[in-house]
Amino acid sequence: MSVPWLTILGAAPLLGAVLVMLLPRRSELPKQAAFAISLAVLGLSIALAVEYDVDGGFQFVENYSWIEAFGAHYAVGLDGLGLALVLLTTILTPVVILASWNDADDGRWSTNSFFAWMLGLEGLAIGVFAATDVFLFYVLFEATLIPIYFLIGGFGGARRSYASVKFLLFSLFGGLLMLASVVGLYVVSADSASGPSYLLEDLMAADMSQNTERLLFLGFFIAFAIKAPMWPVHTWLPDAASEATPGTSVLLVSVLDKIGTFGMMRFCLGIFPEASQWATPVVIALAVFSVLYGAVLAIGQNDIRRLIAYTSVSHFGFIVLGIFVMNSQGQAGAALYMFNHGLSTAALFLITGFLITRRGSKMISDFGGVEKSAPVLAGVFLVAGLSSLSLPGLSPFVSEFLVLAGTFTESITAAVIATLGIVLAALYILLMYQRTMTGPVRESTRNLPDLGGREIAAVAPLLALIVGLGFYPKPALDIINPTVDTLLERVGARDPEPTVAVREEAK
Amino acid sequence: MNTLAEATFDSPEIAYGRLYPLLIIFGVAIVGVLVEAFLPRRQRYTAQLVLSLGGLVASLVGVVLVARDLPSHNDGASLGSIEAMGAIAVDGPSLFIWGALLVLSFISVLLFAERQLEGGVTAFAGQAAALPGTEAERQASSQGVEHTEVFPLMMFAIGGMMLFPASNDLLTMFVALEVLSLPLYLLCGLARRRRLISQEAALKYFLLGAFSSAFFLYGTALIYGFAGSVQLADISAAVSARVGSSTLLLTGMGLLAVGLLFKVGAAPFHAWTPDVYQGAPTAVTAFMSACTKIAAFGALLRVFYVGLGSARWDWQPMMWAIAGLTMAIGSVIAITQTDIKRMLAYSSIAHAGFIITGLVGVQQGVNAAEAEITSLQSILFYLVAYGFASIGAFAVVTLVRDAGGETTHLSRWAGLGREAPIVAGVFAFFLLAFAGIPLTSGFTGKWAVFTSAWSGGAWPLVLLAVLMSVVAAFFYVRVIVIMFFSDPVGDGPTVAVPSILTTVTITVGATMTLVLGVMPQPVLDLARQAGEFIR
Repeated sequence: MSVPWLTILGAAPLLGAVLVMLLPRRSELPKQAAFAISLAVLGLSIALAVEYDVDGGFQFVENYSWIEAFGAHYAVGLDGLGLALVLLTTILTPVVILASWNDADDGRWSTNSFFAWMLGLEGLAIGVFAATDVFLFYVLFEATLIPIYFLIGGFGGARRSYASVKFLLFSLFGGLLMLASVVGLYVVSADSASGPSYLLEDLMAADMSQNTERLLFLGFFIAFAIKAPMWPVHTWLPDAASEATPGTSVLLVSVLDKIGTFGMMRFCLGIFPEASQWATPVVIALAVFSVLYGAVLAIGQNDIRRLIAYTSVSHFGFIVLGIFVMNSQGQAGAALYMFNHGLSTAALFLITGFLITRRGSKMISDFGGVEKSAPVLAGVFLVAGLSSLSLPGLSPFVSEFLVLAGTFTESITAAVIATLGIVLAALYILLMYQRTMTGPVRESTRNLPDLGGREIAAVAPLLALIVGLGFYPKPALDIINPTVDTLLERVGARDPEPTVAVREEAK
Repeated sequence: MNTLAEATFDSPEIAYGRLYPLLIIFGVAIVGVLVEAFLPRRQRYTAQLVLSLGGLVASLVGVVLVARDLPSHNDGASLGSIEAMGAIAVDGPSLFIWGALLVLSFISVLLFAERQLEGGVTAFAGQAAALPGTEAERQASSQGVEHTEVFPLMMFAIGGMMLFPASNDLLTMFVALEVLSLPLYLLCGLARRRRLISQEAALKYFLLGAFSSAFFLYGTALIYGFAGSVQLADISAAVSARVGSSTLLLTGMGLLAVGLLFKVGAAPFHAWTPDVYQGAPTAVTAFMSACTKIAAFGALLRVFYVGLGSARWDWQPMMWAIAGLTMAIGSVIAITQTDIKRMLAYSSIAHAGFIITGLVGVQQGVNAAEAEITSLQSILFYLVAYGFASIGAFAVVTLVRDAGGETTHLSRWAGLGREAPIVAGVFAFFLLAFAGIPLTSGFTGKWAVFTSAWSGGAWPLVLLAVLMSVVAAFFYVRVIVIMFFSDPVGDGPTVAVPSILTTVTITVGATMTLVLGVMPQPVLDLARQAGEFIR
């Protein structure tokens, strides 16, 4: 029997979390242990990525029967999309731990629990991205709520309790709607010849009536739309992101919210291809609206963290748009966007987090002229900001371009409207930069210390990846493209033939 | 020869080899009464405890032995046999319910026997006959007097609970109903602290319970009028043939349902639940919430699946309405509660609604696909899962105290997470299980009943149940917020250190909640092997 690498990858952070809880309190040891564990997990995931064969379909597969009566299996495996998101998770966790080194010190709860919850979240998220059984996916999907709930509610701003409950109730609402669909899938698969099974491959082969498929699709889609978050079910995100610590916000927006868009690709398109096609017009309209709505609201924010949260609503609009235009550029762009958005939003949250900790306020109006007192901070902030507005040469540009190119072949109207989102993105990022960093130095910002070594070490890998993948996105696209092609084949969509001008007499 | 005697009297044939688990419990209860009469006061506690636990274990062993050797019934269609002249059905579901009841009763007995929390005496009134606030009461409490009669009372209740779902005719069922109810009425009134509210609970429970028993009896009479028999098999045959007056059948069915739904705490017959759960000693509440529910659902299933199974088109609409109403009332009203025991009471109402959702599916072995989950299987699993979580949660409630005994007002629980992280963490775990978060037994249970309901075509009910689960999640989460994220008011609560007894109960409850959430297959298999009811 081969070594169950994926199980080890997922279980290591979970066991690490228990270990961190047991370490003595009030010392640096738990932080160091958590950091070391997350680095080890990162190393392991890179090793898996090196071993990964880009054309091999699902790899590192494990499959055991788990609850026979339910048809549930412990089945995991990685395809390109899953691998990209697992890598994103394992890259961001050590970065976040390093950046949040002192964030939990004066909290009501022990530092141990802060880092233990983070590691726990990492383990569950890896499981979510690797699950190839719908039941297992659902269980882990819901289980991720517990660590993030305690991270938001236990460590953060004054209204964190409200924010955490709002987040949890939105998520539970979506999750339970999905539960209804998961139950429905059981009934569908139980009627099939092979008996009840939640394996992705069995469900793909199951026959459903048109109405059943559409209803079940809705249950999944609404849950994922809440998670992603799309307008009009996004309202929990600004509250959660503005109350949580920067590290928590990163894990929430960059990793957990990706489960939403990941789920749309893996499950909505995979299990309900016909219903996905059916829903396309509405979903595209909602996505385009999200793009504009998030951007316009971001421009109006005075709270830096709420601003970033709204930019994410806008970016998730792009990702969903890319998924549902049903062609290879759009979907490859969307998958790549998930990865890039994770990096760029993480950089933004962490850097503004450093800024906010220094000044003790998260209001844009309280800042001004920071680039004079803290030039390095201002510099990395600018790079992170530019990546968020998709400047060419930085990685989000590639993905946003692909999404828009894909949209253009599907619907010119949608593409034109969505492109406005790029213009608005320039507005919200540059306005924020201008108001906080440039201008006359304020009394309150005169003595802001610049970034320290630990903080630079935390954000440097992110910026390096953003620039690197901006110039050379091929490795990422190589991993993602085969998955996208398989998916499109499943949906039965193909790229439209390019229109070539044909002369009359050539006939 | 006296022909009269010859014609009318058959000596009943009792298959002791199959009924002894039941008889052990009743026997222990009677010996417990004798212990009270003849042993000196100091030795009674130990004797009763040993007797009760020993009896439960012996009976459980008996259940396992009987289950391994069930005869086939109806030419091998199912396993089991009808014993005691057609009065008791010893079949798979009966034995499963017996086993579940005995295990849950075992950990409840440990709660009953806890003495460390009240400074060396049990949580039951020292002298129940003394009026609250009188000299007699003070004297009883200063002398450390205890009522060890609670143990035999509990054994009688357990015996009744075992007989209730195993009854094969409506009269035996009625007798079982009374045997299980009367000791419970008494037990509810025996709280050592806050005695007035406890006695109020007992009186309410008694009056309403007596009322509902009367409904049950009247229903039995009408069904007898319809079918000419109280045997479930005869009733089933009569229903299939539709021989009698359908008015009698429908009215009788409705009245029977009132009696049974009262016991499970389903709306609109739920009004007693919050008062009784709040007033009764918490150990009794724990015991009732788990074991009464199992017994009553067992009986409900038997009456409606076996006796009235052919009339399912008549009772299904009623059950749809009751399931929806129960879930909605339980979940919505729980939001407004400020007392932890009342909140758990409404939560138990909501759970009754979820279970009835599973019952509506009527997904039986015959019409379900080979490997598909059946209604009975899912309900039995849910009952076990809920029982462990519920006893565990109430056991935690006994630990949170202030100067006046248990402190159940929610505001007094603020900041518990900092005072006692482990106790608060365990309680939060139980709440997550009630809310149905994955990796707890609550999730697997909910999944099972929802699936069987959907398979039976009741998907609108599943959607409603899902929505109500969200509402319910709100108030569970609220308690977690209060415990972990609020600042304590005043001195804050203290968490008493319990003896090994309560610790075992909580540990077993939490462990089973986790195990049934992660590895539910063995219990699901057991519930599947239980097969179907026999008639």
